[in-house]
Amino acid sequence: MTKSNLINPRHVSMFVTLGLFILLFGTGSVLFYGFFSLQNFWNLFIDNSYLLIMAVGMTFVIISGGIDLSVGSVLALSTMMTSALLEKAGLPPPVVIFLVLLMGTVFGFSMGYIIQTFSLPPFIITLAGLYLARGLCYVISLDTIGITNPFWHVMARTKIRFFGLFFISPSVVIALAMVAIGMFLSRYSRFGRNIFAIGGNEQSALLMGLPVALTKISIYAFNGFCSALGGIVFTFYTLSGYALNGKNMEMDVIASVVIGGTLLTGGVGGVLGTVFAVLVYGTIQVLIVFQGTLNAWWTRIAIGFLFFLVTTLQRIFENRGTGVKQLEK
Amino acid sequence: MERLRSLTQKRIFWPIMALVVLMGFNLFFTPNFFRLEIKDGHLYGNLIDIIKNSAPIMVLAIGLTLVIATKGIDISVGSVVAISAGVAAMLIGNGVKGDPTHPIFVAVGAALLVSLLAGLWNGMLVSRIGMQPIIATLILLVAGRGIAMVTTNAAIVWLYVRPFAYLGQGYLLGLPFSIYIVILLLVFTHLATRYTALGLFIESVGINNTAARYTGINAKNILLGVYTFCGFTAGVAGLIVCSTVMSADGNNAGNGYEMSAILAVVMGGTSLSGGKFYLFGSIIGALIVQTLTTTIYAFGVPPEIAQIVIALVVIGISLIQSDKFRALFYGIAGKKAVQP
Repeated sequence: MTKSNLINPRHVSMFVTLGLFILLFGTGSVLFYGFFSLQNFWNLFIDNSYLLIMAVGMTFVIISGGIDLSVGSVLALSTMMTSALLEKAGLPPPVVIFLVLLMGTVFGFSMGYIIQTFSLPPFIITLAGLYLARGLCYVISLDTIGITNPFWHVMARTKIRFFGLFFISPSVVIALAMVAIGMFLSRYSRFGRNIFAIGGNEQSALLMGLPVALTKISIYAFNGFCSALGGIVFTFYTLSGYALNGKNMEMDVIASVVIGGTLLTGGVGGVLGTVFAVLVYGTIQVLIVFQGTLNAWWTRIAIGFLFFLVTTLQRIFENRGTGVKQLEK
Repeated sequence: MERLRSLTQKRIFWPIMALVVLMGFNLFFTPNFFRLEIKDGHLYGNLIDIIKNSAPIMVLAIGLTLVIATKGIDISVGSVVAISAGVAAMLIGNGVKGDPTHPIFVAVGAALLVSLLAGLWNGMLVSRIGMQPIIATLILLVAGRGIAMVTTNAAIVWLYVRPFAYLGQGYLLGLPFSIYIVILLLVFTHLATRYTALGLFIESVGINNTAARYTGINAKNILLGVYTFCGFTAGVAGLIVCSTVMSADGNNAGNGYEMSAILAVVMGGTSLSGGKFYLFGSIIGALIVQTLTTTIYAFGVPPEIAQIVIALVVIGISLIQSDKFRALFYGIAGKKAVQP
């Protein structure tokens, strides 16, 4: 190990994202009174827990070299299904949660099965999934369905306090648990190693005798599970189901994963980077709120510009990283 | 039989078959689907509507075909449509008396120039910085809506200048004027790519960028060129959209067009993994998407639920185009599997 290899070039992007988060959070703390607090930091998790849950699943899909455009619609379908099953069918919460998670998993599994078995482009099949799930929402109801179930209200209101310093919501616990599971799966499990191998080179993975088909289908099933769980957590906020929930959210999720340092070409990435990226995303939104005078539409431009900045920086660092590698050879 | 087999293995065969099947379905189940009437010297009917409504998607699909042939993708076209419409609308102005604040050709030129610049920006990111195309164009997808909204001061701009309406609503020789724009672009692109080496260059960049570079093709400029052209086509589509509805809505204009256009290209036989491209296939693809939508509406299905049918048909058409599925199908039918 030489000095220049102190940081693995593959992880540079993640550190760029972490640096960006610290920079943005620091800027906010200097500029605005009351921005810097432990609670404000945890608020980023509270406000974006569904995004975090979905981003964990998407990280796996993208590492494997695939993409899933259906996540926003599956989230919407989950919120619709949750509220309809609770309010119209009157089922108890555990059954509802089980059924919704099962729906998401089966939905993801089916897409994965079609993609793998008929070697079709994930972009097209998950695009069909996007339309399908969104259409199914309207089959359930064209209007918003409010949730009156007491368990949901408890989940919405509960604050888990830590020594009076800050509090988090149950949603954050779920999100952090998913992050932990994601990190464990990607780093220490055979499943995780298979995903990296497939993303690196599917042909080689196949020749090595890895279970490519099973792994790829499982990834989409897992992502469907994550989207459905994201949908349930989303209803903890909104206490309602609405067919237009999560419109264009797939782009937010993909953007977060990519800003976190996972390459869309597959084979490189990690869950931790995605967590930092979601925090960056949340910080930008909070900054705009604190700033207060900017036209809401400038937010889009700002996020676009930031996205440009991060990806360009990553390119520069990556080039340098591979440059070091080549020199050593 | 041999001839039939060679015909079915042509890439363009399957999209055309899909369209024929759709049309055949309508022939039997939708009354008056094929009826054409002449009113005020113009042709009216479902078929004309399909052509007219799919014009923006066809224009987008032409540009996107070239981008996808280089193994790229441009998901920002919907936002560029909104920007182009916004720029044109702001320059023409919404004077109720119908006098444009700027000459129409200035407005049209400015809109096309801005779209060209948007495409150039995408091209620079992909070819010079070396970003992955989906990320590079995701930037403009996100920021573009914001730019469009800032251009139109976050309001819908209504237009009352009648001459401008000709672009999207006018008729020439009995046919919608917009279709002539599509034909002009198609012929131009076809000539430029098939009667010069340009098409070959684009395909070789898509098949193997490094190899193309080693054979002396300026891969970077090819990439820059196709993205710029794609931005231009998005600008043209934006003008057609703006002129058809005589308004510019930064938030909704062109929303989701990127998906429809990519779908059209892929259904037309051009693979998302780059290489060979089929311009006419993409046009057929756009027609399939629009015919499908028209058919569903003709059956009185609410637009929201129509998405389910579109999704199922997309899956069906993708399966038909999958070699593995065809092999399976031929296997079940007891015939010899398709030769690779």
